[in-house]
Amino acid sequence: MTDAQTFDYRRARADFPILATEVRGKPLTYLDNAATAQKPVCVIDAVDRYYRAQNSNIHRGVHFLSEQATDAYEGTRAKASRFIGAADQDEIIFVRGTTEGINLIAHGFTESVLQPGDEILITHMEHHANIVPWQIAAQKTGAILKVAPVDDRGVLDMEAFEALLSEKTKLVSVVHVSNALGTINPVKTIVEKAHALNVPVLVDGAQSTPHMPVNVAELGCDFFLFSGHKVFGPTGVGVLWGKREWLERFSPYQSGGDMIEKVDFDGTTYKGIPGKFEAGTPHIAGVIGLGVAFDYLNGMDRLGALQHEIDLLNAATEQLLAIDGVRIIGTAPEKASVISFLIDDIHPHDIGTFLDAGGIAIRAGHHCTQPLLKRFGVPATARASFAFYNDFEDIERLVEALTKMKQFFG
Amino acid sequence: MSDDLHELYQDIILDHNKRPRHYGVLADYTHRAEGYNPLCGDKMDVFLIVKDGRIKAVQFEAACCAICNASASMMTDTLTGKTLEEAEAAFARVGEMLSGELELEADLSVDGEIAALAGVRKFPARIKCATLPWHTYGAALRGDARAVTE
Repeated sequence: MTDAQTFDYRRARADFPILATEVRGKPLTYLDNAATAQKPVCVIDAVDRYYRAQNSNIHRGVHFLSEQATDAYEGTRAKASRFIGAADQDEIIFVRGTTEGINLIAHGFTESVLQPGDEILITHMEHHANIVPWQIAAQKTGAILKVAPVDDRGVLDMEAFEALLSEKTKLVSVVHVSNALGTINPVKTIVEKAHALNVPVLVDGAQSTPHMPVNVAELGCDFFLFSGHKVFGPTGVGVLWGKREWLERFSPYQSGGDMIEKVDFDGTTYKGIPGKFEAGTPHIAGVIGLGVAFDYLNGMDRLGALQHEIDLLNAATEQLLAIDGVRIIGTAPEKASVISFLIDDIHPHDIGTFLDAGGIAIRAGHHCTQPLLKRFGVPATARASFAFYNDFEDIERLVEALTKMKQFFG
Repeated sequence: MSDDLHELYQDIILDHNKRPRHYGVLADYTHRAEGYNPLCGDKMDVFLIVKDGRIKAVQFEAACCAICNASASMMTDTLTGKTLEEAEAAFARVGEMLSGELELEADLSVDGEIAALAGVRKFPARIKCATLPWHTYGAALRGDARAVTE
C-alpha cells in the first residue's frame, strides 16, 4: 500500500501482480488503461476470499454468511458515496457498469420525463454508450437529440453548447473525460449553465474516476456514473449516483426479486431507492471487490498519483511527437493521460499488432466514438492510456517499438 | 522483432500493401459490394465485371489495415480471369487456409502469393482483416450490397 502523503509509483506498481508478468516473452507494458485498469492484489484477494469463505446471497438470509455478505455489500455503498462525495448513500445504485447506468437513466427519462419536441443535449465527443441510449429514448418519445460540437483540439465549443441549451432541453448528458481524446470537460461550468435553465446534468465519469478525485457535490451534477473495472475494481459492476428526487420519480428499470416491498397478484409495491433499482441477485463479489478498490484509492495520495500521470502524459507526448510522422488526435490543454495517435499512413491495427509482439498493449480502433473520429476525418487511431502505475520505462519501450515499426513498414 | 510478426507481415504482404494491385473504382462493373468490419472500422468496396461465367475484372478501394489491403490486392490477382467455378474453389481454399480449421498448409505452388497470408492464423484478432475482401467479393457475387464481418 502506498504512503498517503507521498505517491511513489514504484511502490504502487508492486501492488499489481500482472505488471510483473511477461507477454509474448517480453515484460508487459500495459498502456490500455482507458479500456480497463489492472487490479491490485488486495482487490484480487477480496474477490477470492468472498468465494472461498464468505459466499452467500444478500438481503434475505438469516444465517451468518448472508449477514456478512450483506454487510460487505452495503458497506461498499457507503464507500462509493464517500469516493465521489455524495452525501446520501441511498442515492448509490449498483449497476453492471457505466453503460447500464446510462440506460437506466435513459429509461427513467423515457418513461417519466420526455415529451415530443423535448431536447437532450450531448456533445460530439461522447462514447457510444452516451449516444445510443438517447437516440433510442428520442425515437420512443419524439424528443430530439442535439449535439454540441468540438473544435480541432478536441475541446468542447462552449459558445455553441450554450446556444444549443434552451428551455426545451430536458437533460444535458456529457462525458467528464473523453476516452478517445483525453479531453477534460469543464463540467462545473456546464452544470452552472444548465442549472440556470433548470436543466439536469448527467456526467459520464467512466474515464475521470480512474485519474482524479471526483466530488459530485462540487461538480453540482444530478447524475454521475462510473465503472468498477476502470477504477481498479472487478468487471461487471459499476456505480450510478443520482439525486434522490430523480431516482424516486423514475419507474423501475428491471423488476423481480429483491426490488419489491410486497407482491400480490392484485398489485405489487416496490422498495424505495436504492433497492428499487437492484432487481435480482447482484454481482456481490464484484461489489465487495470494488469496495476494496475504493479503500485502495482512498489510502493513496491521489493528487500525487495525478501529478505522476501528468508527468507521464507530458513525457510521452513530447517523445511521440519527436518521431517523424506522428500526429496526435486530441490536443486539449486540459487533458487526462490518454494519447490517441497516428503514424504516417500505418493503420492503427497494424500498429497494435506490431506493439503487441513486443509485449506492449495499446488500443487500436474507433474507441466506441465513431462520430468523434469521423469529425477528425479518421476511421481509427492507436491509443496509449496511462495509469498511476505506469513508469517512464513503459514510454521508452513504446517509443522504441514505434521507431522500429516505422522502419518495418517504411 | 518476433518471428511470428515477420511471418504475418511478410515482404509480399508489405509490398501488396504499399502498391495494391487493381486499386480504384471500376467503371462498368456488373457486381459491387461494400465490406465493413465494425470492430475496427475497416471499409472497402469490391467491383467485379462478370461475363459469360468468367471474372473479367476485379478492383477494390479500401480504407483498412495492411493485412486487409494486401489480402484484397492478392485476391484481385487471384480472381482475375477465373471462371466462377474456379473462383468458388479459390474462395473455399482461402477460407480454409486463413481460418486454419482444416490445418491446411499453405503451398506457394498452389496458392501463389496468397500463401503468404497464412501467418495471420497466429493472430486470431487479425483473421477477419484477411477475410474481409473475400467476404465482400462473395457478397458482390450474390448481389448483396454489404458484407459485414465481426
